Amino acid sequence: MASPSPKSPEQSEKTKQYDRQLRLWGDHGQLALENGHICLINANALGTEILKSIVLPGVGAVTIVDDNIVTDEDIGSNFFLEHSSKGLNRAEETIRLLLELNDAVRGHTVHDPPDQILQENPDFFKTFSVVIATHLSEKTIKDLSQHLWDINIPFILCKSVGFLGLFRIQVKEHPIIETHPENEQVDLRLDIPFPALSEYLNNIDINTLDLKDHGQIPWIVIIYKAIEKWQLSNHNRWPMSRKEKNDVKDIIQSFIRKDENEIPINEENFEEALRAVNTAMVPTFLPVKIQELLYSNSATHLTKDSCPFWIMCSALRTFIEAEGKGKLPLRGVLPDMTTTTDHYVKLQNIYRTQAALEAEIVYRKVQSIVSQLQCDTISEADVKLFCRHSHDLHLIKGSSICLEYQLGTPTASYIARHLEEPDVMMVHYILLRAADMFRSEHCRAPGEWEPEGDISKLKTCVSKILSDVSSSPFPKDDHIHEMCRYGGAEIHSISAFIGGCVAHEAIKIITKQYKPVNNTFIYDGASTNTATFTF
Amino acid sequence: MATGEIQSQEYQQRRWLNIRKVLERSGPFCHPDFEPSAEILDFLMNSCKILIVGAGGLGCELLKDLALMGFKKIHIIDMDTIELSNLNRQFLFRKTDIGLSKAKCAVEFVNKRIPGCEAIAHHCAIQDMDDGFYRQFHIVVCGLDSIIARRWLNGMLMSLLQYNDDRSLDQSSVIPLVDGGTEGFKGNARVILPGMSACIECTLDFYPPQKTFPLCTIANTPRLPEHCVEYVKVIQWAKENPWGESTVLDGDNPQHVAWVYEKAQERAMKHGIANVTYRLTQGVLKNIIPAVASTNAAIAAACATEVFKLASSCCANMNNYMVFNMAEGVYTYTFNAEKRPDCVACSNTTRVMEIEANATLQTIYDKLCDDVAFAMKRPGITTVINGRNKTLYISSIKSIEEKTRDNLKKRITEIGLYNGAEILVADVTTPSTVTIKLKFSENYDVDMSR
Ligand SMILES: [Zn+2]
Repeated sequence: MASPSPKSPEQSEKTKQYDRQLRLWGDHGQLALENGHICLINANALGTEILKSIVLPGVGAVTIVDDNIVTDEDIGSNFFLEHSSKGLNRAEETIRLLLELNDAVRGHTVHDPPDQILQENPDFFKTFSVVIATHLSEKTIKDLSQHLWDINIPFILCKSVGFLGLFRIQVKEHPIIETHPENEQVDLRLDIPFPALSEYLNNIDINTLDLKDHGQIPWIVIIYKAIEKWQLSNHNRWPMSRKEKNDVKDIIQSFIRKDENEIPINEENFEEALRAVNTAMVPTFLPVKIQELLYSNSATHLTKDSCPFWIMCSALRTFIEAEGKGKLPLRGVLPDMTTTTDHYVKLQNIYRTQAALEAEIVYRKVQSIVSQLQCDTISEADVKLFCRHSHDLHLIKGSSICLEYQLGTPTASYIARHLEEPDVMMVHYILLRAADMFRSEHCRAPGEWEPEGDISKLKTCVSKILSDVSSSPFPKDDHIHEMCRYGGAEIHSISAFIGGCVAHEAIKIITKQYKPVNNTFIYDGASTNTATFTF
Repeated sequence: MATGEIQSQEYQQRRWLNIRKVLERSGPFCHPDFEPSAEILDFLMNSCKILIVGAGGLGCELLKDLALMGFKKIHIIDMDTIELSNLNRQFLFRKTDIGLSKAKCAVEFVNKRIPGCEAIAHHCAIQDMDDGFYRQFHIVVCGLDSIIARRWLNGMLMSLLQYNDDRSLDQSSVIPLVDGGTEGFKGNARVILPGMSACIECTLDFYPPQKTFPLCTIANTPRLPEHCVEYVKVIQWAKENPWGESTVLDGDNPQHVAWVYEKAQERAMKHGIANVTYRLTQGVLKNIIPAVASTNAAIAAACATEVFKLASSCCANMNNYMVFNMAEGVYTYTFNAEKRPDCVACSNTTRVMEIEANATLQTIYDKLCDDVAFAMKRPGITTVINGRNKTLYISSIKSIEEKTRDNLKKRITEIGLYNGAEILVADVTTPSTVTIKLKFSENYDVDMSR
């Protein structure tokens, strides 16, 4: 039989290939990723595992900086090396095999050590969206992190030793518009209904409806009417306390129709109203976190170089101070609820129209700021997105790795506090730092040749760090011993775990969606324990 | 490089230097049974047989991870073939592999990349293999997206358990199961020691119920774009049969999806509902779960670490369930999921179902489907009366369904069941029939005595 060929468009090959991830970060997130360029320093197993999960989803380009020659040991732990790779440059070999994963990704290699690049061509790093480094010496960690901090390029430092893994994210300032919170607070404005909503709500009289229509009243209306009734005997106040909220629930119960035996009829919409009442009664307010953001220096003192985020924050602030009457622009999203198609679509349009109206005002303010500053234009779609998510804006203000490594006052006391608790994950942090120190002093990983002999030497490094943070020595040597047992070994599955996490954090930074770790993550695969520290 | 060198002892020593450090050295946190030696690596490479179930997002990662941690005798089983939408995470496959067996492609790639690896592919359903097949493995690691298949596999490993005369567990019959699952930026990894720690059936309540839309909403009061797609899928397709009566709707057929998309758009337009997109249509039709490379990499790695620990005893295993979430920062939480003493699958006892004596067979059927302790799909119920098998109700075979349908309405006492009677239940969620003992509830006895 002839097929009823539909007119609808088929998806492009690219959309099909990326379908499962586009559902998480959208086409605009994908576009940002495709414009991203990642620099990896040192393509050991951890490095290539990170790149693998960035190349697969389709980052624009990757550059590997590595001057190492491939060894048998490398081949034993790194999937992106072949037997024939032995003796060849590691950057060259790994990029070749990584690029096989996705022909849309461009790849480059640099065969110089990072220290040399820092000295001879520091501008090299300016073009990257994120720089990721593994297995760096203590000195390079300090020099590179300082340089990347100065030129404001996000940096992720990664380690994998034995069963331990760590990554540290260094960003100066990272604003996120789409944080994708697990539970988005509803924004219904029942306490301050805008005119169109007022009119709609007031036009419904729930007492006069027949039973069929009564069972189709949206819960928003039910809750509004119940509060209205409560307010009649409460000086038009808004119910705040637990008792007051329970009074409103009782009123909702009393609305439920009864059958001829005075038994309440099961009405789904009223059940929903009772479930939704607590969240729906939260008064409309400007979250302190957002207020702080909008009145921070970056938002109040714009310059020609201000980024779009701050320009939009500034426009948002003037909106709140004027038209918004102290409130954020309406989100314009109606939760699903039992009702008729008519009711639902009408209500949804009321919220959407108002949200569009308010976003339009913010957009005009953005436009006028842009023309005053004579900076790059910001699209209406971007401003709409910003307004839609204005309740959940988030700013990460980072700290520099270089400062952390100097163990100055705030870092030292932060570490000491965790050690006192005692927090075994902070002990792992100390040992990873001590292992770095050991390596710079002895030119090998602790226990690389044989474990026992290095225990006392590593202990010296641990003691040095502990005294720098004014902490007492560890009562036992067990963790020091364990680190020497590892002997700097890179266990593939530990690198693969950290690799997956770091790839995802890099994607978060590039797409500016979802909140990245702030700022240090430690994994102990032996005990299946993880922790996040903020240095 | 000459094959000779690959096999040489010295070369192997260099190549596996990384894992040899944790296998040949003792440490203060090692498992008390752990005795460091070179024999452990020899066991991993030459004796330890691992089965990877699923060659998808997790399976590809697991195969690579385990092959790089010394394991050589790896089997991998998957009935699926490669699709374009797999390529954003299933890194062992290329565009030229589309349509080929996942298990075979994965094995071919890894055996080539890692000389010495002797992985074997099985391009078939897990249900096609019998207990003899499963019994040969030391450890099974599972990266499936289907809950039913996972439960079946769990049931299979539980059915291999042997008990001693004193009813204690025969430890040698235990095949550990390491299980991973992902959904978007979330995942979980767990270690199951059959008969000893919580199994999949013990923790069925961890799986969220599938989201369904009530038929009356879809038909009469659609509000969401999803409702419009469901309407076309459930009602309009069967009514219009666009490709003839014998063609069922196939979410993988782009023409079918396009047809549903167009009709759903028409319906949405009629009701003023916005945002019916092609992507949404496909998502609803195929019940698509978002997936990225990074989550799969992390969860598979956590599972591989546990397999390595189980095989080598180099440190204690995860106890026993880890949840993982990368949506906000990176968060993990590991806890001890508790074994159900009366679990249908892993306890060596007969499961008891409490029921009223005047209940119908339908009540039993509904309990088997709705009670989270059973959560079966289409249970077939039989019993033994006077030494003879009697089929009470089986829905999966049409002719038997028609013959036994009337039993559902009958009281259980009418069809020969009594207090203490045992029913035998078969279902897609389990490889072996489950025996359930009926216990008539006491209230009823009290009523009777009055
Ligand atoms: Zn169980």
